[in-house]
Amino acid sequence: MDVLKKIPVREQDAKERAANFAEVCLGYNKEEAMEEASRCINCKNAQCIKGCPVSINIPGFIEKVKEGNIEEAYQIISESSALPAVCGRVCPQESQCEGKCIRGIKGDPISIGKLERFVADWARENGIKPAGATEKKGKKVAVIGSGPAGLTCAGDLAKMGYDVTIFEALHEAGGVLVYGIPEFRLPKEEVVAKEIENVKSLGVKIETNVVVGKSVTIDELMEEEGFSAVFIGSGAGLPKFMGIPGENSNGVFSANEYLTRSNLMKAFDEESNTPIMRGKKVAVVGGGNVAMDAARTALRLGAEVHIVYRRSEEELPARVEEVHHAKEEGIIFDLLTNPVEILADDNGWVTGMKCIRMELGEPDESGRRRPVEVAGSEFVMDLDTVIMSLGTSPNPLISSTTEGLETNKWKCIVADEANGKTTKEGVYAGGDAVTGAATVILAMGAGKAAAKGIDEYLSGK
Amino acid sequence: MYKIVKKQELTTNIYLMDVEAKRVAKTCKPGQFVIVRMDDEGERIPLTICDYDREKGTVTIVFQTVGAATKMMASLKEGDSFKDFVGPLGCPSELTEETPESLKNKKILFVAGGVGAAPVYPQVKWLHEQGVAADVIVGSKTKDLLILEKEMEAVAGNLYVTTDDGSYGRSGMVTQTIKDLVAEGKQYDICIAIGPMIMMKFVCLLTKDLNIPTIVSLNPIMVDGTGMCGACRVTVGGKVKFACVDGPEFDGHAVNFDEAMRRQQMYKTAEGRAVLKLEEGDTHHGGCGNCD
Repeated sequence: MDVLKKIPVREQDAKERAANFAEVCLGYNKEEAMEEASRCINCKNAQCIKGCPVSINIPGFIEKVKEGNIEEAYQIISESSALPAVCGRVCPQESQCEGKCIRGIKGDPISIGKLERFVADWARENGIKPAGATEKKGKKVAVIGSGPAGLTCAGDLAKMGYDVTIFEALHEAGGVLVYGIPEFRLPKEEVVAKEIENVKSLGVKIETNVVVGKSVTIDELMEEEGFSAVFIGSGAGLPKFMGIPGENSNGVFSANEYLTRSNLMKAFDEESNTPIMRGKKVAVVGGGNVAMDAARTALRLGAEVHIVYRRSEEELPARVEEVHHAKEEGIIFDLLTNPVEILADDNGWVTGMKCIRMELGEPDESGRRRPVEVAGSEFVMDLDTVIMSLGTSPNPLISSTTEGLETNKWKCIVADEANGKTTKEGVYAGGDAVTGAATVILAMGAGKAAAKGIDEYLSGK
Repeated sequence: MYKIVKKQELTTNIYLMDVEAKRVAKTCKPGQFVIVRMDDEGERIPLTICDYDREKGTVTIVFQTVGAATKMMASLKEGDSFKDFVGPLGCPSELTEETPESLKNKKILFVAGGVGAAPVYPQVKWLHEQGVAADVIVGSKTKDLLILEKEMEAVAGNLYVTTDDGSYGRSGMVTQTIKDLVAEGKQYDICIAIGPMIMMKFVCLLTKDLNIPTIVSLNPIMVDGTGMCGACRVTVGGKVKFACVDGPEFDGHAVNFDEAMRRQQMYKTAEGRAVLKLEEGDTHHGGCGNCD
């Protein structure tokens, strides 16, 4: 064994998986996991922990994997993370824990994400549950939203002994884990639903079909329903569009809509009652992880799929692994290309998209080189479906119905990064509702910080 | 689960249900809507709120069986339950924001077409409770399809019923009745028109000529109903709005109805297939024009 090289992880063949919704990555088995774990040199001053937004004791759990004691490895992870099977799959480890791994200087870093996934999957298959609270605090906390931020905050508070209820607007708990991230990256039944069961097993109650701001307000929760504190983890919000002509044509969707139909409503399955456009030639506009998810979903529904992105490959905001998988499966990347108009027939159905070529100029305020149009380079792509994946703007439902809750100029809720504290007493917030669209693990980090903040607040009362 | 405590077939293919939904019943206002789901495989179906009983904790919905989902919904009985029932969604009717004094000084006309009588009813009833009598035109294709006539009569100032085929009340489209009333010397400060998209379009063309500001309630395709998906986007005054969070009520004279009607056709083929599958089951194997 070459200690500089990681143990490769088994994946479904690219050609085969391009036509199904089963999970792409198959994960390690116990032998592979133990072998990969044996590469960890158990640094005294572990850099990987510093790279983890929820500070998992990474060398600690890897040490247990090395010994083959997977149950203890799971309990170590559970001290810090409520959703290890999810994080092992969707965290951008290359820029977090694995990015800091000392092994990475001369060779491959330890595959921390794949090891975390293995431990969580093993625990699930063997019926191991996280340990709950021993003492009750006798105080109620409301958590708004059952995505990664809300589940983490609720799980941590329940472990401290609080009586926690999560309010979810949709009919199913999980937030972006259920409506956003596709089955082939994050299986819903075996992984997401089970992680939520684990959070519930800590005593957390989940009430679905409650749109806070409409069904009930935060003030009513605190004044009439007896909640001493509230955590807002309501997520990203309203999809952005480009504002170009033809964007309301039939066949133009937001990535949110397209993915929600396929993931939450299971429209990819013929048995589902919710329809989805099964386009023949699809363009996905944008270069983030959500764009990759939408593109790979459209591919699996039978389309030829193009990613249209105005900058170059280097600037693609999506994870390297996602771009790599997308390319393997046959997604075509049209880089340095920007849409200027969507073309439609007399009945309003999309027939194509007029685009212009771009080149990179001077760096802009984000530090990335600014794309500029190449004069006279317009051309038309023939298409029947366009999916806009340009990010989201905050949903005003909660901020507009909660007096004393301040928002910033981007309409995101203002909250202290260290403890989630907002400008309203007893109200905490974290995740995309505060930061704008980010990652699952950053939302979890914020949920964790807020749980601590809420505990400090309620302990002082 | 949300229990159906009352079910009534108002007329052929139009059903009324009282559903137990305490949170919705407590906070809903006229003009808002709910999204319901029958079971785990069910679509999310947006429906306007027709009435509510805050004490009993029930919400009244009225729906017409148009697609497979609503046909299956019609098979639910009293005592059965909806899997999901979420709301109230959307903004309340603008009228509910006004003081009774300002409302009393207004001449208000409601125009309801077909099943649109259901969302009009709670607004007229609410005004009646504030001591305001609004005129109401209810139009339907034929006498048999008319709904909520008695209920509307009890809360409206003047009720004008018209049928397209003249089988009951006045004869002709609702636009004809508006013209007649104005010709008789009636004056209106505001009109609220709710019904099929095509009816709202023609009411708006007419009221623009007549200089009567007009509010319409749109029912585009929706998925989540909370602003997340953008399926319900409509163009109003040249700006893109989401009907679920910015509406469902908009200034009718600014709505791009042609685009809104086109967008409603988005899943027509899929819907047609679903109906055939429901009606004919496995016996249906193409040849209908909808299938490949």
